Amino acid sequence: MGQTHRKRAHISPANWSGRMVCRTISPPRCSLHLRLAFGIAMLVAPPFATQAATQEFITVASTTSTENSGLFRHILPLFEHETGITVRIVAQGTGQALETGRRGDVDVVFVHARTQEDAFVAAGYGVARFDVMYNDFVIVGPAGDPAGLAGIDDAAAAMAAIAQAEAPFASRGDDSGTHAAEMRLWAAAGIEPEGRWYLSTGSGMGATLNMAVQVPAYALTDRGTWLSFRNRGSLELLFEGDSMLHNPYGIILVDPARHPHIKAGQGQTFIDWLISSAGQEAIAGYRIDGEQLFFPNAE
Amino acid sequence: MSDPFSTAFSMIVSGDPAFMEIIGLSLRVTLSAVLIACLIGLPLGAGLALARFPGRSITIIVFNALMGLPPVVAGLVVYLLLSRSGPMGSLALLFTPTAMIIAQSILILPIVISLTRSVVEDLWGEYREQLRSLGASRLRAVPTLLWDGRVSLLTGVLAGFGRASAEVGAVLIVGGNIAGHTRTMTTAITLETSRGELGLAVALGIVLLTLTLGLNAMVWFAGQWARERLG
Repeated sequence: MGQTHRKRAHISPANWSGRMVCRTISPPRCSLHLRLAFGIAMLVAPPFATQAATQEFITVASTTSTENSGLFRHILPLFEHETGITVRIVAQGTGQALETGRRGDVDVVFVHARTQEDAFVAAGYGVARFDVMYNDFVIVGPAGDPAGLAGIDDAAAAMAAIAQAEAPFASRGDDSGTHAAEMRLWAAAGIEPEGRWYLSTGSGMGATLNMAVQVPAYALTDRGTWLSFRNRGSLELLFEGDSMLHNPYGIILVDPARHPHIKAGQGQTFIDWLISSAGQEAIAGYRIDGEQLFFPNAE
Repeated sequence: MSDPFSTAFSMIVSGDPAFMEIIGLSLRVTLSAVLIACLIGLPLGAGLALARFPGRSITIIVFNALMGLPPVVAGLVVYLLLSRSGPMGSLALLFTPTAMIIAQSILILPIVISLTRSVVEDLWGEYREQLRSLGASRLRAVPTLLWDGRVSLLTGVLAGFGRASAEVGAVLIVGGNIAGHTRTMTTAITLETSRGELGLAVALGIVLLTLTLGLNAMVWFAGQWARERLG
């Protein structure tokens, strides 16, 4: 700093006071700046410092439905306590989560779209797929039930009734596991959903439900997100219980043969724990208002 | 929906460590990005104001246009660069606070460059003869002009800070909104909204605005104080 003063002084030696050019070089103000700069540097330095000190961790791409349901906040502390490995969850739709895995940006993917999962392993991106747990999808909609789902006991028929009535339906439209399940239902009903009643939101489960509340519209959602969702408005659960609504979750270690930096050891430790009795009990123990959200089903 | 104002107030006074961590990370990421953008943008903007070279107009137009760069696009570009399958994958920076700082620096940099260029160009037009008569070359004039335009420049820097602290698209993509690691105020607001916890989301928004207000007030009063004391 001192050197800079001399330099600038050199610009206008004959003009120390008065003019704006010269006021710039009065030393006390610079030292104030020095102090300010130091303060800011102290404030911004920590992110670099803390990063060097991180302990063992793995990164897992999972779905918005598992994150939004609060499951991870319940089970991860148990795993971290047992193994000392921190799990960093990036919540994305299943399609995006698998893409993140293909790029090698996460160590493990934990998703719910069986066909896409098997393709992921078959293409050599994943080592193997393990069953972890399941829950089910439900159809929610306006309390008045304009499409009359109440008397129907078949999921495809329920979807057909919504399309028939042209009652608003909010679709994820985002290549997620829930969206894949919805498309399977439309296919089973022999319907190509289109028209002003069909709203493709292109966003996560919660955002789609928020929209369904406002329209109001029907929507397909996993039960976990629905149970933990706090902005239901006039929406009610209107259809449940068909085997087509089964929603299994699988976990896959990204193949270290394709991406050598993958933390295969710790990633496998996480998978092994989730499908062990300790992990399975932790999953079964997660409840909201007494209701169990996920049902363990590891072999 | 509980009253968001009282929720915001109790969040602040409770001093919940997880919540404080989110606030701390937001501030550190944003302030780091502002600092980096200033270190690069102030000299570059001043240089752009004073230098004459072919393609200068185009460069100015491009930086002006980049002030409108959508955060999600900046995020996507940084994501593709830092991804393990991208050119800088070996640095292992994706889903870290550093990645968020990089993305936000890119977002603010055009603002700092364009505003600095505009301020310095005006000052240069005003004081050119005087500085020349004192024997200052264009290069030597840069620090003087920057210092003289500090009040206008500070407004630009605050605009950059505002853009960064309010932004969610870029930090969500490159940070991943990982709890306890890359979750900031804005990504937490997004998450709570998607969980239907609208009251909590609004409360977080109130806290973020309060912080921004406090920081702007601090800068303002520090400026006043400096003017009075050091006039």
